[in-house]
Amino acid sequence: MWLSGGALVICVVMVLGLLSLVFWKGAATFWPMPVDRFTTVDGRPYMGEITRHDTYRPALTAYNNLAPEVVAQAETLLADTGGVSDRDLVRTGNFRLTQNHFHWVEEFEIARRDQPEWAMVLERLEWGRFYGLLEAFLILHPAASAEEAHTLLAALEPEMGLALRLVDRRFIDGAEQTVLLPPTALGEAQGLLAVAEVANGPEVAWQAFEEHHGEVRERWEERRRLEEFDTGEVNHTQEKARLAVRKVELQLQEIAEQEGEQSPAWHTAQATLEAKRTNYAKVSAWADGEFARIREEIDAINQENSRYQLLLRAAGEGAIPAQSTLVRLDDIVRAYPANRVSWRDKLGIYLSRWHEFLTDDPREANSEGGVFPAIFGTVTMTLIMSLLVVPLGVLAALYLREYAKAGPLVSGVRIAVNNLAGVPSIVFGVFGLGFFCYVMGASIDELFFAAHLPNPTYGKGGLLWASFTLALLTLPVVIVATEEAVSAVPNSMREGSYACGASKWQTIQRIVLPRALPGVITGMILAIARGAGEVAPLMLVGAVKLAPELPIDGLFPYLHPERSFMHLGFHIYDVGFQSQNSEAAKPMVFTTTLLLIGIIAVLNFTTIWLRNRLGRRFGGGQF
Amino acid sequence: MSSTQQISQAMEEQITPTVQGAPGLVSRATAAGRAEREDPLQAIAEGRTVPSDIHPSLRPEAIVLEVKNFNLWYGEAQAIYDISMNIPRGQVTALIGPSGCGKSTLLRSVNRLNDLIDIVRIDGEMILNGDAIYGRAVDVIELRKRMGMVFQKSNPFPMSIYENVVYALRIDGVNRKGILDEVCERSLRGAALWDEVKDRLDDLALGLSGGQQQRLCIARAIAAEPEVLLMDEPCSALDPIATSKIEDLIHELRGEYTILIVTHNMQQASRCSDNTAFMYLGRLIEMGQTSDIFTNPHLKATEDYISGRFG
Repeated sequence: MWLSGGALVICVVMVLGLLSLVFWKGAATFWPMPVDRFTTVDGRPYMGEITRHDTYRPALTAYNNLAPEVVAQAETLLADTGGVSDRDLVRTGNFRLTQNHFHWVEEFEIARRDQPEWAMVLERLEWGRFYGLLEAFLILHPAASAEEAHTLLAALEPEMGLALRLVDRRFIDGAEQTVLLPPTALGEAQGLLAVAEVANGPEVAWQAFEEHHGEVRERWEERRRLEEFDTGEVNHTQEKARLAVRKVELQLQEIAEQEGEQSPAWHTAQATLEAKRTNYAKVSAWADGEFARIREEIDAINQENSRYQLLLRAAGEGAIPAQSTLVRLDDIVRAYPANRVSWRDKLGIYLSRWHEFLTDDPREANSEGGVFPAIFGTVTMTLIMSLLVVPLGVLAALYLREYAKAGPLVSGVRIAVNNLAGVPSIVFGVFGLGFFCYVMGASIDELFFAAHLPNPTYGKGGLLWASFTLALLTLPVVIVATEEAVSAVPNSMREGSYACGASKWQTIQRIVLPRALPGVITGMILAIARGAGEVAPLMLVGAVKLAPELPIDGLFPYLHPERSFMHLGFHIYDVGFQSQNSEAAKPMVFTTTLLLIGIIAVLNFTTIWLRNRLGRRFGGGQF
Repeated sequence: MSSTQQISQAMEEQITPTVQGAPGLVSRATAAGRAEREDPLQAIAEGRTVPSDIHPSLRPEAIVLEVKNFNLWYGEAQAIYDISMNIPRGQVTALIGPSGCGKSTLLRSVNRLNDLIDIVRIDGEMILNGDAIYGRAVDVIELRKRMGMVFQKSNPFPMSIYENVVYALRIDGVNRKGILDEVCERSLRGAALWDEVKDRLDDLALGLSGGQQQRLCIARAIAAEPEVLLMDEPCSALDPIATSKIEDLIHELRGEYTILIVTHNMQQASRCSDNTAFMYLGRLIEMGQTSDIFTNPHLKATEDYISGRFG
């Protein structure tokens, strides 16, 4: 008894431990941390968020290439603690300046540690995080020459609270820096960029940033909409015209082979082809015009947006000196003065990060941004899988239980079905790729999408084939559960039904199935639990790192089951193991895992709720 | 469906009494020295065929169901031996006999429920109002619609009370609300259940008490106006109060419906049947008017059984 009880306790503890680890790590990912600035004994600065703390025993050889002051401090410290030292993993960001995302700061090399009041955290569209001290907010008016600057200086009347400055780019200590000069210093400019309306000083700059960031982001959204939807629609129309031409070309070829050239059918087809070609030329011309128009709009937005910039002073890192850098406002997803935000603001940032995570597209090779396409792909695939597997499994189980005569054949089939559940899932993936994609998909392509070839439509991995593969994978679960539920329906009910003059099918349909329904739904729950978390076969049949389009969109025929899709399970694998910035991606792994568990839980609870409702309706059914 | 289980059960029921019951009976019969006729039980034990003793007083004018030389086998084991009997219209006929004597099997043969068991084989004839039940061209489903059946254990379907009652009509494709409502009320009144459930027709049938469930099954069985109502120990799973209600109901149904009822309960058979047939080890031993069988049986074996001396 103690043995079995102990085993149960160990199991429960392990499961709870796993869940709480995922929950804790996943939930903590988005909480904004303060920004720390370290200065080492030998004067090197590091600034960023502390992501990990570690206690370890440094090897003596670690001193070899350190500065003498550091070695001295290290020795005193280590003598006190008995050879144990602490270190912090600091997320320093600023990859473009330092070629580094993270740095280990040893406790024994720290000379000074503080939290600068105006240390900003910037989440950018590109190049990851930026950590820097806020200096100024600028509205630029590009000026390449002194004359231009002169005219601008004369013409501009700065907004309330803003002052005019010259923006100059120069090299100091080997690093490119952006410097603000008073208008009078026009002659000293080395690499004049622009005349700017400037909110100087962190408080006013932050105010100005909050004032302008919203509109800049709105324009950026507009630009994204233009790039994605408008361009997509024009592309779609053009592609349709091209396919029409290709289709007639294929027809013409066929006619030439069968009836010979110059036959009447050939002439008609030739005429159609001409018409289609003219149409294509027309559409192409229109599309070019559209593209140009869209390009123009995008350029205009870009130009307007590029005028709004923040001037930040990066703390520098190690040997790289501190420097002032301009960051475009439309590149900033979110910015906050990490050491100044109140508890309520932190909560706001936390929630807005969750919101972005759940509703936005991924960026930076999936390590940042949202996972909406993956959520969408997972849920759609699981639903299609359930729609496929439940009817098929239920019918198969009904045949096995109600129609087939018991015998070696039926037993054989039953054993085979049960063994199917034990086949490694990657085998199903290989089968799905080999059969669904390359045989069925290729045949469909030849029959219906010949004009698209050599680009495959169905002859490659996609949502539909992934759902088919997983349906096959989960079929045994549904069959076994349904068989059990069906055999648990008391025979007296069947006899009662037959005695009323019901046929076999009527009995199954009106008595057996309703009564077995809770059990069938139990099978469905198990299938969902198994299918939604499966990754290995999906890598072969259609899950991709980044899907440009969702499988459902506003373009006819709205549902595109042939498209590749993103999947949370695959996303976890990709972010965790395929990302260049794996340290930064690690929290995302936990968060995505938490989300996947959550989605499976929601799907399951919905089904359980459904089962309980049906269970109440039909009574009995204790599964 | 686990047909193997059913069969083994059936075979067990059939074989056990042969081994245990027969020798004792024989010795008692000889000891009493009453052998004005040959004891059929001893004849059966010796494996000989015995003619059924059908009382001459049993001369029904109208016969609903006619059983002619009916035999039935479960695989190799014979369960019913050469039974012939007539079931009179509008009366209650009780089948009594010890466990495993083939009463239920005979009853289930009437609506061909035994067809569901693969290894069952039959020989002989049954005729329902002139139509052969085991005829070649008979549609079993159509045939079953002409009979109603109530089982040992109440088996309401997992649906509402209303749907339970009108089930037979529903599968016939009747969907007119008016007809269904009328049939439902008539059947429930017929089964003396209407007043108890009229306000909750849409509730689940499984929420009713055991006795109510059984009466619901009776209502379901009479909904399609059956030519014969088959009852397989309808009260065996019920308490005395529910039993007496069902018995009253059988009384009320008499005349309107022809009822063939299997029962283990002698009092029940004597209380509510017009005719009684005593079966033993697959044979029909004696059949006559209930009053005759219970007060003046022709055979010693029948008397022993109804007075509770064996069985």
